[in-house]
Amino acid sequence: MSNRPIDSGRKVAPSPLRRRLQTLAVAAACLAAGAPALAQQAWEPTRTVEFIVPAGTGGGADQMARLIQGIIQKNGLMKQPIIVVNKGGGAGAEGFLEIKGAKGDPHKIVITLSNLFTTSLTTATFDWTEFTPVSMMALDQFVLWVNAKNPAKTAKEYIEQVRAAGGKARMAGTGARQEDQIITVGIERAAKIKFTYIPFKGGGEVATQLVGGHVDSSVNNPIEAVAQWRAGGLRPLCVFDDERMPYRTRVTADMSWNDIPTCREAGIPTDYLMLRGIFMPGGVTPAQRDYFVELMRKVRETPEWKKFIAEGAFNTTALEGEAFTKWLTRAKDEHRTLMREAGWVTR
Amino acid sequence: MDELQSLLNGFAIALTLQNVLLMFLGIVLGVLIGVLPGLGGANGIAILLPLTFTMSPTSAIIMLSCIYWGALFGGAITSILFNIPGEPWSVATTFDGHPMARQGRAGEALTAAFTGSFIGAFFAVVMITFLAPLVAEFALRFGPPEYFAVYLLAFCSFVGMGKGSPWKTIAAMMLGFALAAVGMDTVTGQLRLTFGSTELMRGFDFLVAVIGLFGIGEILQTMEEGLEFKGRSAKIDARVVWQTWKQLPRFWATSIRAVLIGCWMGVTPGGATPASFMSYGVARQISKNGHNFGKGEMEGVVAPEVAAHAAGTSALLPMLALGIPGSPTAAVLLGGLLIWGLQPGPLLFVEQPDFVWGLIASMYLGNLVGLFVVLTTVPLFAAILRVPFSIIAPVIIVVCAIGAYTVNNAMLDVWLMMLFGVAGYVFKKLDYPMAPMVLALVLGDRAEDSFRQAMLMSQGSLTILWQNWLVGSITALALVMLAWPFVSPLLARLRGARAAQQA
Amino acid sequence: MDRPEGDGDGVVTVATMEIIVAGLFLAFGGMVMFDSYRIGASWASDGPEAGYFPFYTGLIIVVASLVLLVQGVRQRAASRAAFVEAGQLRQVALVFVPALLYVAGIALAGIYVSSAVYITLFMVFIGHYRWLRSAAVGAGVGVFAFVLFERWFSIPLPKGFVERALGL
Repeated sequence: MSNRPIDSGRKVAPSPLRRRLQTLAVAAACLAAGAPALAQQAWEPTRTVEFIVPAGTGGGADQMARLIQGIIQKNGLMKQPIIVVNKGGGAGAEGFLEIKGAKGDPHKIVITLSNLFTTSLTTATFDWTEFTPVSMMALDQFVLWVNAKNPAKTAKEYIEQVRAAGGKARMAGTGARQEDQIITVGIERAAKIKFTYIPFKGGGEVATQLVGGHVDSSVNNPIEAVAQWRAGGLRPLCVFDDERMPYRTRVTADMSWNDIPTCREAGIPTDYLMLRGIFMPGGVTPAQRDYFVELMRKVRETPEWKKFIAEGAFNTTALEGEAFTKWLTRAKDEHRTLMREAGWVTR
Repeated sequence: MDELQSLLNGFAIALTLQNVLLMFLGIVLGVLIGVLPGLGGANGIAILLPLTFTMSPTSAIIMLSCIYWGALFGGAITSILFNIPGEPWSVATTFDGHPMARQGRAGEALTAAFTGSFIGAFFAVVMITFLAPLVAEFALRFGPPEYFAVYLLAFCSFVGMGKGSPWKTIAAMMLGFALAAVGMDTVTGQLRLTFGSTELMRGFDFLVAVIGLFGIGEILQTMEEGLEFKGRSAKIDARVVWQTWKQLPRFWATSIRAVLIGCWMGVTPGGATPASFMSYGVARQISKNGHNFGKGEMEGVVAPEVAAHAAGTSALLPMLALGIPGSPTAAVLLGGLLIWGLQPGPLLFVEQPDFVWGLIASMYLGNLVGLFVVLTTVPLFAAILRVPFSIIAPVIIVVCAIGAYTVNNAMLDVWLMMLFGVAGYVFKKLDYPMAPMVLALVLGDRAEDSFRQAMLMSQGSLTILWQNWLVGSITALALVMLAWPFVSPLLARLRGARAAQQA
Repeated sequence: MDRPEGDGDGVVTVATMEIIVAGLFLAFGGMVMFDSYRIGASWASDGPEAGYFPFYTGLIIVVASLVLLVQGVRQRAASRAAFVEAGQLRQVALVFVPALLYVAGIALAGIYVSSAVYITLFMVFIGHYRWLRSAAVGAGVGVFAFVLFERWFSIPLPKGFVERALGL
């Protein structure tokens, strides 16, 4: 996690400008000397930065973007203003296409959710390699939830219940052919069962439908369901990660996030984490990218950010540079495999 | 009375000088946001959210919720003056509000709208104060079939709105449905009616259509009739407020119905927009002035405004009590709660009583402040109608263009607005009714989503629409409303016949 | 100011307009049906497919527009009432064409500058106001909008070469 923002080897648009070459040389020299703090001074935003959210207002990505905006403003981390712009049309394709079209513009950044891969695969209008990865801020966890009145106390018991229902058990999720449905298909394959998947527009709506008993289970993010869990409306069965969540503070009277077993432990060998990352348009200079890498690093060090991350029980993996690129390549391949197996994409 | 005690504590928290100043600031900003079409309450609050991170959560939510009240109030202003709904929920306000303005009664219409808004909000806050847990419980009963039944009810209560050719009503309504379907399908993730255009992927926004159909269409219409705005002779007199208030008690029955409709639609995520349409439709069918609706009837302004504001206010209840937003604006406020480190949900009332009761107290105060602020501006806004047309017309077009752009930050929407403007002009001249079309556009995709979710739940069986008493009775009510325009003349004739026999 | 003449020449009859609009509806309905059929418009085992509702919506539009088309043709024989008179159409065009140019100008010069120019020209040529007064109103609205959106609300609206030159 201590990866320096050393040039990941990605191609940067060659520029005949001598000055820019000099900047590059200086930046490289500074990096070589192990002084990234100096390198980021090579470039600073000269006008308002647009922070694009490829989703609607009020969702998880939007909340995180506005939190980052608030932290930057409150702590004066950037001289120029930063503003959040929602472009959620076509499952986020609209926002990503805007970034794709803004090649070389260092005053636009975008926050991603899994639609960086899913929408890319279903619409084939953009690919993450057309953007400049800045950094991974965190990974969002997914938990299997049932209504607290459900007699199933463990994931295993619930799976048996679903099997007995013969495909009639209802799994609610956000959107179609996106992360929630991918996880659902993952469970179906791992446990050889069948769900009726019902798509809703937002995670909050999904949690409410589950509390109201209109559906049987959900794979909500912790932050979407935690309120209902604490109030005794929902019960977590397992988390879709290869290890348990590290947060040991009690959330309910007798449980912490750490007490939730992994789905692997519970006999459902499937996991999924959602990327919360920052990207810039393609064709920006390394100095411009490094500025935002450093900015996001500062954001992650603030107490506000740490509090938010702990409350949402996020996986705090934060990657930059080459490690991030590697992660992205693998994640896209995994999504392609999963979605091809589910029959949603033919490519 | 625990609630009263808590509420008094809440007033003590809300009534600091700083908070009262924030209320005024919030209301003024909110009215401004409400007046600008396109820049809705949700966007406005999202934009101003980061400003509040340095405040205490209670002060922050007081200011943000006041922006919301302000936007609810402000939406009516342009609807009445220029036939341009500043917010989706004020579309129904244009139906009678604008004709009133054209008759030179803009001051009356504005006063009626603002006062109606206040009444709606007041009763909704009373409900939140005393019935929150009970109502939250009720909201949980609503699943996809219930939602669909509610949308069906909204449509059915609005049927019979068009007076012209039924074929034109059908064509216009279906046009609304078709436009609502454009974009990505929620249930399957497939792209519909986009014809390969990435610009169309976001779909047609209801506000863009409305700004064009009503706002631009109205300007073209006015231009045809001569370079003048009707209603220039508007009385500009502070006494108009008092004179209008004297007339309002007549509409008590309509107001009660509107409050009930509004609270119900606000708690179940129907929201303020369907509530305003439904309330207008019901008032039109039940009121004895019904035949006058659309020609400048004050009751037709009160009905949608009371319902919209009651719904907008009660939409905050599920947010506080369940952690689910009842409207897009509530969704943004919800994000704010999380950022301030508060966890909305059933335990909020227990763990953060100061915050919750401070907010509820500020709902009473904020709306009172709001009413005061907007009523003092009535003469000011009515005076805008005196500005000569050749100054105000280009300004309106500029405001419409900015509004259409800000809905999605898209230039295409500005062109679409112009296209809808031409459509609005032609439709009006050919008597194609626009209200059913707009309703279909705003509710069409939501109704379809919940219908298909319900069908997934029932494995394709329609019986799910009367599987329990709740969904069954809403569906039945919807069918009654649908039949009402045909049944009521029959009933009247029967009654008439009996009266004749007795005579 | 030009006043529309009360009984000028009709540019187009109501009946013709009815036929044109019904024809547009027909084409639109057909388009909707075509695209919905493409993505699947039947009732599958788990409820309607994505194109089911749009398909029938399109079908109803087609049926309704056919009826309206027939009515329009009949009306054409019976009535020659004018949809719009030449004078009226000129008035409408007087507002609409500049508005179209204005929208086109937004892409070129940004929304603030084109708004100011549009308001100024509209006031001068249609309202017959003096240049100075018109320019003052136009610039005032432009600057106010700029301050309101870019500075207070931090909403980026389209900007053009002028803002770039000023470094805003």
